Amino acid sequence: MAQAEVSIKPTELQGGHGHPDKWKWYDYFTFNVDHKVIGIQYLVTSFLFYLVGGFMAVLMRTELATPDSDFLSPDLYNAFLTNHGTIMIFLWIVPAAIGGFGNYLIPLMIGARDMAFPKLNAIAFWLNPPAGALLAASFFFGGGAQAGWTSYPPLSEITANLPQTLWCAALVMVGTSSILGSVNFLVTIWKMRVPSMKWDQMPLFCWAMVATSILALFATPVLAAALILLIFDINFGTSFFKPDAGGNVVVYQHLFWFYSHPAVYLMILPIFGIMSEVIPVHARKPIFGYKAIAYSSLTICLVGLFVWVHHMFTSGTAPWMRIFFTISTLIVAVPTGVKIFSWVATLWGGKIRYTTAMLFAVGLLSMFVFGGLSGVTLGAAPFDIHVHDTYYVVGHFHYVLFGGSVFGIYSGIYHWFPKMTGRMLNEPLGKVHFVLTFIGTILTFTPMHSLGMQGMPRRVAMYDPQFADLNQLVTIGSYVLAVSVIPFYINVIWSWMAGKEAGPNPWNAMTMEWTTDSPPMIENWEVLPVLTHGPYEYGMDKADQVGPAGEPVATTRP
Amino acid sequence: MKQIPAPFWTLVLGIAVTLISLWVGQNHNLLPIQASEQAPLVDDLFDVMVTIGTALFIVVQGAIIYSMVRFRQRKGDETDGLPIEGNLPLEAFWTAIPSIIVVGLGLYSVVVFQEMGGFSPGGHHGHGTMVAMAPQQSVIDVAPLLAQVGEGESADVYSRTQVYGFGASPLMQLNQPDVTVNVTGMQYAWIFNYPDTGIIDGELHVPVGKDVQLLIEAKDVIHSFWVPQFRLKQDALPGEPAELRFVATREGTYPVVCAELCGAYHGGMRTQVIVHSPEEYADWVASRVAEASSTTAVAQTLASPTSAEYLAAIAPDLATSPVQIAQMNHAQMDHGLSGVSMDR
Amino acid sequence: MQGAVDSTPVVTGHEVAAHEEHQDLRVLGLITFLCSEFLMFAGFFAVFLVFRGSNAQWPPEETEVELLLPAVNTLILVSSSWVINLGTKAIKANDLAGMRKWFGITAAMGAVFLAGQVYEYMNLGYGLKTNLFSNCFYLTTGFHGAHVFIGLVLILGVLWRSRRANHYSDIAHTGPEMAEIYWHFVDVVWIVLFTLIYLLTLI
Ligand code: HEA
Ligand code: HEA
Ligand code: CUA
Ligand SMILES: [Cu+2]
Repeated sequence: MAQAEVSIKPTELQGGHGHPDKWKWYDYFTFNVDHKVIGIQYLVTSFLFYLVGGFMAVLMRTELATPDSDFLSPDLYNAFLTNHGTIMIFLWIVPAAIGGFGNYLIPLMIGARDMAFPKLNAIAFWLNPPAGALLAASFFFGGGAQAGWTSYPPLSEITANLPQTLWCAALVMVGTSSILGSVNFLVTIWKMRVPSMKWDQMPLFCWAMVATSILALFATPVLAAALILLIFDINFGTSFFKPDAGGNVVVYQHLFWFYSHPAVYLMILPIFGIMSEVIPVHARKPIFGYKAIAYSSLTICLVGLFVWVHHMFTSGTAPWMRIFFTISTLIVAVPTGVKIFSWVATLWGGKIRYTTAMLFAVGLLSMFVFGGLSGVTLGAAPFDIHVHDTYYVVGHFHYVLFGGSVFGIYSGIYHWFPKMTGRMLNEPLGKVHFVLTFIGTILTFTPMHSLGMQGMPRRVAMYDPQFADLNQLVTIGSYVLAVSVIPFYINVIWSWMAGKEAGPNPWNAMTMEWTTDSPPMIENWEVLPVLTHGPYEYGMDKADQVGPAGEPVATTRP
Repeated sequence: MKQIPAPFWTLVLGIAVTLISLWVGQNHNLLPIQASEQAPLVDDLFDVMVTIGTALFIVVQGAIIYSMVRFRQRKGDETDGLPIEGNLPLEAFWTAIPSIIVVGLGLYSVVVFQEMGGFSPGGHHGHGTMVAMAPQQSVIDVAPLLAQVGEGESADVYSRTQVYGFGASPLMQLNQPDVTVNVTGMQYAWIFNYPDTGIIDGELHVPVGKDVQLLIEAKDVIHSFWVPQFRLKQDALPGEPAELRFVATREGTYPVVCAELCGAYHGGMRTQVIVHSPEEYADWVASRVAEASSTTAVAQTLASPTSAEYLAAIAPDLATSPVQIAQMNHAQMDHGLSGVSMDR
Repeated sequence: MQGAVDSTPVVTGHEVAAHEEHQDLRVLGLITFLCSEFLMFAGFFAVFLVFRGSNAQWPPEETEVELLLPAVNTLILVSSSWVINLGTKAIKANDLAGMRKWFGITAAMGAVFLAGQVYEYMNLGYGLKTNLFSNCFYLTTGFHGAHVFIGLVLILGVLWRSRRANHYSDIAHTGPEMAEIYWHFVDVVWIVLFTLIYLLTLI
């Protein structure tokens, strides 16, 4: 059993080769199997892809500043639109939230020395950069995929065939990566917790990752199936989705959304996990309703598998489907609400520290509630029929994706950067970053709702001049967002090199990752820690009892 | 504040939140004017959701802001907050309330959906299915676009396939539609084809107050027929027939928008629906029929048209500029769309 | 996705050979992975069933399936699952020679299955592009065939490694065990596939 590892010296785990005490900078560019290196590799690459995806968004917004198609050619606009969506989802949020935080934190939080399958883990990461390269290549061999991140056939089968194929291949690669990652997470959490850690003493982030992994395991292969069929249709003369040869275009949509709806929960569940870690620490209070939060992740995971048709209400969907999926969609609001209310209750009565991590977490709460509520309106089929494929939807998902996932990733970075690098981020600069991001988000994504309801469809390079004013506002907002990342990147780079030393536990937090050095040594601990208290026992006179690395503190739970 | 008990403040806040939410729900002014019988149904549903959403948002947001101010760390205070780990009744409460809301909204949605005619698409095709009807009754041979879907073979395609969209509302269930229009989406235009009179047009003309049935299909890729003022939208799917049935309630000119990404000029795929008074509509029909019978030439050019030629032929009727037509021709040349060839 | 399948056991095989306690985790990991992999096939099957449901004549006239050969093939593949199980039982009883024998037979049966499949393809008279049914037919059976091939490679890999002294024994048999699990997976997928694509045409 895994517990036997306690006695293993670090060198043995690496197959007896022996290794340095600390990784050198160039180790981060190699096929390294240390989960912490892999976590940082995921985070850094995804933050680079974020710039690329954001850059495309800014170009798109510049085009949309005026009603005519005058800045980008319509084909190029569609290529940017497609790749913006694809990069943001598959190469930014998913790898950052799941790959980055998941890999870095899970072993540290459960007291393991590494993931269950370190090499598999490294393979999973190294599938990502080539996927990005394929997307980049698609621009040079035929102008990029242009059928939207959903790539519905027949459009995806008659436009830009080679780029579309490359796009499919890239997605199969990131999909494989995410399946391999999920296998690793599940087995690690299941089998490699320190012996003293029961399921209900596990940090909530790990619970969130359990739900995320299950979802990824069930949904991703179906996307792979859809993409394989699409590749065959485009390149090998089959006609699965070709109506003139008996194929059916709606079948693709079912397969695609069977994955891609769960995918949106893939992008938010880890973030919910981050919230459950950050809020108690900076509010100095135990998490409110541990079990409710843990189980609601699983509920979301389960119900989330049965709501996919809400993306297809105006497509070829039978009446009973519209009704069934309206109701199942609305049900997701309940477990999500449980989480939201529990976090608010955690704030209530705390001693809230105004750290940047906390500001982003609280900002997320506000943004996500707004985005979630607009999601509920979309869930009601009669209303969705009006706003489907309009900017109202674009507004909804940027609120949950940007105001939710991106805010959550920022929050997590401000919280765990000291652990990852051993240095503190600069707080004043962080606050500038927060304020700009907060204002920019509201400015960019709020007017979109109104635009959509008034009649502006999404995915257009040219639009009715009556929408010009609000679109200009949105464009200005997107420039604010573009500026907002500058203080952040400066902060990270500068602090990584010359920030204030952090020490093992700068926030006085109680989860296990804070019991080791910052950054942690290669096998995480000299001697594996022993669990002496739950992850969130603030205000119970325990905070001062977190021992230094590897020195268990003998206390018992009251 | 010590004298006034907490329940009192809760009550005051509750009333305030309710009033604000109700006001917002009625006065958000977010939706365009209503021009179909379905529109008020949808808007009422939305208003209710806005009301509930506003209330929830204020409560959650209020609690957050209150906590952030009231429970902020004071200078020099390094202690922790209260060690509260949960409260079962409270948790049950905030699970139950959303559950009730959600079930209520679900049921309400079903009712609205039913009143909109959502349960009966394809139920009553007064004029038969779309393709079967068109060729015989047309004054000119209207079906160059539909021809490919073909006569014989298509008939059984339609008889066995499900029709999607909105059909007759419960009150109309037994009636035949007053006007039937075959709607075809193609890159990048809508073609409206009136099988009863043989009129083809790039704009949709319907009489106010009459029961209109659109039979929607796409020729090449997926498009989506949307009239924001009608609150109705239905994808036009190649190979899958769809229906939208509505009664326009307000004269005027409204945009018809393509809502599904269909290629580079998807954004340019816009036209209009003109809701006429019954007399105006009759005039329009009469003038178009007369026009059509005098120009048999059009029918000839259309004998085997490519979509680009076809578009050019009806260009004046389409709400698109000559420049756009040129761009479209160009685009179509690139993509080889004439005759849905997809296995390139 | 194949790359992933075959790297699972091979790569981690080196990694954790140093200490035994990881072995059961590898088996667990493989099972988790295969659950996921099964859903990809489920996707293909679902597509097949949708088309089956919406076409009056399925399979269409000129693309009927052959039944005899696939039935024999099914028999071979299903029984090979028993054979490979005998192999792992042997190694658990520290009977290396027995394991090699049974694994060898399994490999041979797998190869016969693949050969039969290729023979079937060549004699059907229609190809991948003929019609929607043939699209589905070749895609699903082809993907399954690719998985059989991977399974075959895994088994041969086990045989290859078993030449090293003491590589497998009653306390070190994760490799054979994983090959066996994978082989069962391939078998289960085939049974579903055979039922859907071949047997259902009889109704
Ligand atoms: C992080 C990603 C994320 C998340 C978390 C969500 C969450 C939700 N989404 Fe969203 N969604 C997307 C990302 C996401 N979505 C994306 C990317 C698309 C577009 C894809 C594309 O077409 O390109 C989309 C599109 C989309 C549609 C399709 C719209 C269309 O194309 O027509 C629908 C329709 O039902 C929908 C619904 C919902 C619902 C009901 C939730 C719920 O989970 C929200 C639950 C949360 C709350 C409700 C708020 C908090 C709860 C309370 C305060 C409790 C009380 C509340 C009530 C009682 C109502 N989403
Ligand atoms: C997590 C996901 C995510 C994120 C973070 C974002 C972020 C942003 N998105 Fe995106 N978006 C999607 C996911 C996301 N989006 C998806 C899935 C779609 C649907 C695609 C489809 O329909 O197929 C979409 C579509 C979409 C549209 C609709 C296009 C259309 O339908 O026609 C718009 C329009 O305004 C938009 C805007 C923006 C803006 C302004 C940001 C801003 O937040 C971005 C802010 C910018 C930055 C943070 C980077 C700034 C940096 C620089 C300028 C420097 C660049 C330097 C180098 C490259 C070295 N997005
Ligand atoms: Cu037609 Cu968009
Ligand atoms: Cu969804």
